[in-house]
Amino acid sequence: MTVAPPEKPAEAGKPVAKGHPSGDNRFKMLEATMKRHQYQADALIEVLHTAQELFGFLEMDLLLHIAHSLKVPPSRVFGVATFYHFFSLKPQGEHTCVICMGTACYVKGAGNLVAAIERQCNIKAGETTPDGKVSLITARCLGACGIAPAVVLDGQVAGYQTPESLTEIVKGWMS
Amino acid sequence: MDLSDLQEIAQKENAAAKPMRIRCCTAAGCLSQDGQALKKALDEAVAAEGLSDKVEVVGVGCMGLCSQGPLVQIDPDGPLYEKVTPADAPSIIASLKGEKCKARVGDPTIPFFSKQVPIVLENSGRINPERIESYIAVGGYQPLCHVVREMQPLEVCDLITNSGLRGRGGAGYPTGLKWATVAKTDAERKFVVCNADEGDPGAFMDRSVLESDPHRVLEGMAIAAYAVGASQGYVYVRGEYPLAISRLKTAIAQARRLGILGTGVFETRFDFRVDIRIGAGAFVCGEETALMRSIEGQRGTPRPRPPFPAARGLWGYPTVINNVETLANVPAIVRNGAEWFASIGTEKSKGTKVFALAGKITNTGLIEVPMGTPLKTIVEEMGGGVPDGGKVKAVQTGGPSGGCIPAERFDTPVDYESLAQLGSIMGSGGMIVMDEKDNMVDVARFFMEFCMDESCGKCVPCRAGTVQIYEILTKIREGRGKPEDLEVLRELCDMVKQTSLCGLGQSAPNPVLSTLRYYRHEYDAFITAKSGKAEAEANA
Amino acid sequence: MAVKTLTIDDKPVSAREDQTILEAAREAGIGIPTLCQLSGVANLGACRLCLVEVAGVPKLLPACVTLVQEGMQVFTNTERLREYRKMIVELLFAERNHVCAVCVANGHCELQNLAIAVGMDHVRYSYRFPKLEVDTTHEKFGIDHNRCVLCARCVRVCDEIEGAHTWDIAGRGAKSHIISDMNVPWGSATSCTSCGKCVQACPTGAIFKLGATVAEQIKDRTRLDFIVTAREKKQWVG
Repeated sequence: MTVAPPEKPAEAGKPVAKGHPSGDNRFKMLEATMKRHQYQADALIEVLHTAQELFGFLEMDLLLHIAHSLKVPPSRVFGVATFYHFFSLKPQGEHTCVICMGTACYVKGAGNLVAAIERQCNIKAGETTPDGKVSLITARCLGACGIAPAVVLDGQVAGYQTPESLTEIVKGWMS
Repeated sequence: MDLSDLQEIAQKENAAAKPMRIRCCTAAGCLSQDGQALKKALDEAVAAEGLSDKVEVVGVGCMGLCSQGPLVQIDPDGPLYEKVTPADAPSIIASLKGEKCKARVGDPTIPFFSKQVPIVLENSGRINPERIESYIAVGGYQPLCHVVREMQPLEVCDLITNSGLRGRGGAGYPTGLKWATVAKTDAERKFVVCNADEGDPGAFMDRSVLESDPHRVLEGMAIAAYAVGASQGYVYVRGEYPLAISRLKTAIAQARRLGILGTGVFETRFDFRVDIRIGAGAFVCGEETALMRSIEGQRGTPRPRPPFPAARGLWGYPTVINNVETLANVPAIVRNGAEWFASIGTEKSKGTKVFALAGKITNTGLIEVPMGTPLKTIVEEMGGGVPDGGKVKAVQTGGPSGGCIPAERFDTPVDYESLAQLGSIMGSGGMIVMDEKDNMVDVARFFMEFCMDESCGKCVPCRAGTVQIYEILTKIREGRGKPEDLEVLRELCDMVKQTSLCGLGQSAPNPVLSTLRYYRHEYDAFITAKSGKAEAEANA
Repeated sequence: MAVKTLTIDDKPVSAREDQTILEAAREAGIGIPTLCQLSGVANLGACRLCLVEVAGVPKLLPACVTLVQEGMQVFTNTERLREYRKMIVELLFAERNHVCAVCVANGHCELQNLAIAVGMDHVRYSYRFPKLEVDTTHEKFGIDHNRCVLCARCVRVCDEIEGAHTWDIAGRGAKSHIISDMNVPWGSATSCTSCGKCVQACPTGAIFKLGATVAEQIKDRTRLDFIVTAREKKQWVG
């Protein structure tokens, strides 16, 4: 399931710092999470969550670092990271627009919202504009069916959207 | 910590309450409608009017009627305000001094409210979900205290068995039986898992319960753990529910601090620790064997059952897995007794069920009604039908695993068996109302796309079969279908249903089969009519 | 170990209580089609070809993971099962690009054999024609994803027998695919020991020896059997 960005969109889009891991404070925080889980292999998903919150997305070097730290085969780490739609292996845009495609939102016209933004940004759902400004994501169900159709704009849920209201907001992001 | 301590906390909490309370909904739906700013504005207005010693503004959980949110209720016996904006706040507070209020007044006597029988939702919208004292003040954690101090584990299993409680996640397996199986299994370790991976699009009762009354779920888990002999629990929550996760975290920390969770629960020799595991966006993880693999940090692929989790669960140890709503019923059953619970509902489906009403319906939100309530009552009376005088065509229950029930069958009582007979399922309780404008081939295709994307890819029928079903539906929808395609479609659906490994694949064809059963003519229309004409009709 | 008696296709059979229906059937000379099953590694129950009917059980049961029970009446070859098996094989053929005429495993392929066994004469579903890679970066072996049926036998032999865990499955649903290490070309996968067990385990021509041309890749499952038996019976000890 694709979804809202982490609560604090931590420097989304910036590549993972190269060089010695200890030079980057985010690695220390990741280390603390792994330590809290006693470097257990079964904490892999929890650690991936933390890594994505810290770095914005999961780069190969970062996945390898996690694989080595938890002593999990690299292929398994990659297999897990690509199984769950929450995890992104590519940097997200500066702004994210998550459109709920749950049943309630669907019958209230969420498909039109997706089409409108796809047209406006000239990207498909799941992609980021070439200038890195906007990522368009679809979600399964946000559980906000009472205010359908619902979207999440940079982490904030907004209900009762129309193609007009939504394109207006995204227009602001793109300028 | 014992019963008298609980009572003392409750007394203090109640004594500290101010004569007037303004309950303001702070569940996810209302928060997204400026709920946070509204609460702040109400707080400021109270201070500005100099009413701080008489009036308190309490952020509470979901009050149910999401379509009219944000909701504000004045206690005691004050009005209910709907669609309140921060700008309404001064007027609402001024009205406490007798001035006329400009905010829109709701009617708490409409069937949406009056026909409800709240058990799971009894505290939702009433207590502050971020304060354990607020839960204790309404009698919370007394059932757990009673259980661990006065009852034997097997007595607890018997109590739940006698209550007739069945799993609210969809399948309806008797909860007491599940518990007893684990309780009677000898094992070094056992686990209790709360399944809060509410994946069915259109169902949001578990989110609401976790946001509105998280301690209730923890209490249910602790009672389950005591009954089966587990000392570790996990709540597996969807990552899409950040507010539920944060309130649950707060609740766990508060309960630990008071000695209600952790080592020596209520100063007995029973230990129970709860950790949260956050889902990462995979619908299939609602399936219990996939959920367990996910907790173990692996790809969430299901495995064949047996062995069931009760025999071989997390890390191979016996594990009880219950859904949020199931566990939320438990404290009430302990408090009021098995007979009380069994007196509600129908012969085979006891108690109440929470439904999430959404789609083309006037009153969207959450309702809790006794099992066996006719669909008509739920959709027409409580839900208020389609807005603007439209006509209800069907209601979709059970999400991607369920089916569409046509309006002609709305006299059906809602229970596990009746819905199954109509080719749908209870599921977790999402009800999406469709009107005459909704085309059923589109609906079937929508759900098949969902299942195709969410298939884990392990077994062939689900991985490859859903792709082919989706392909055929697309063909039909685009006017390229031939009459014989319907036969291939039906055969494929039957095969995927009968041969898939887990519940996802086994139920994926349901939306297609149920729409074929009741709305065959809509399929035929696309096939027989020239494609352009069919398209025009569908869009008319 | 207690012994259970049951009937398989009306034939009385006895089996140890820890045996599966599949094992009991094979001992009795009754063939049940399989694809993901491979002796010596864990059973997945994923291909669904070995589903059987059991009297009194509403659901179909995978023979590879269902243990025998006293008095069980098993039916392995009913009309319904034959039809489902045919559909499953057709789905597999439609899913990727299985072109037998140019395949290294032509004539020695389990998928091909299954198609013959279930009587598949044509495919009723639309071919997906996915664009997939052929990875020949390894010095000895290659993997052609067009011919992969996602049975995960390679993943299991590599993990359970060789202990390298070079292979795993990435993505999900129809987008699932086999990967080596961190999704690197096989030739760059440092965990690979080049033992070749995956080549022997693969039921089709998806994993093959470099240099093999059409119909030359004969898989020798007895090599795997030898290793597993030797390990289980500790034949390498003393």
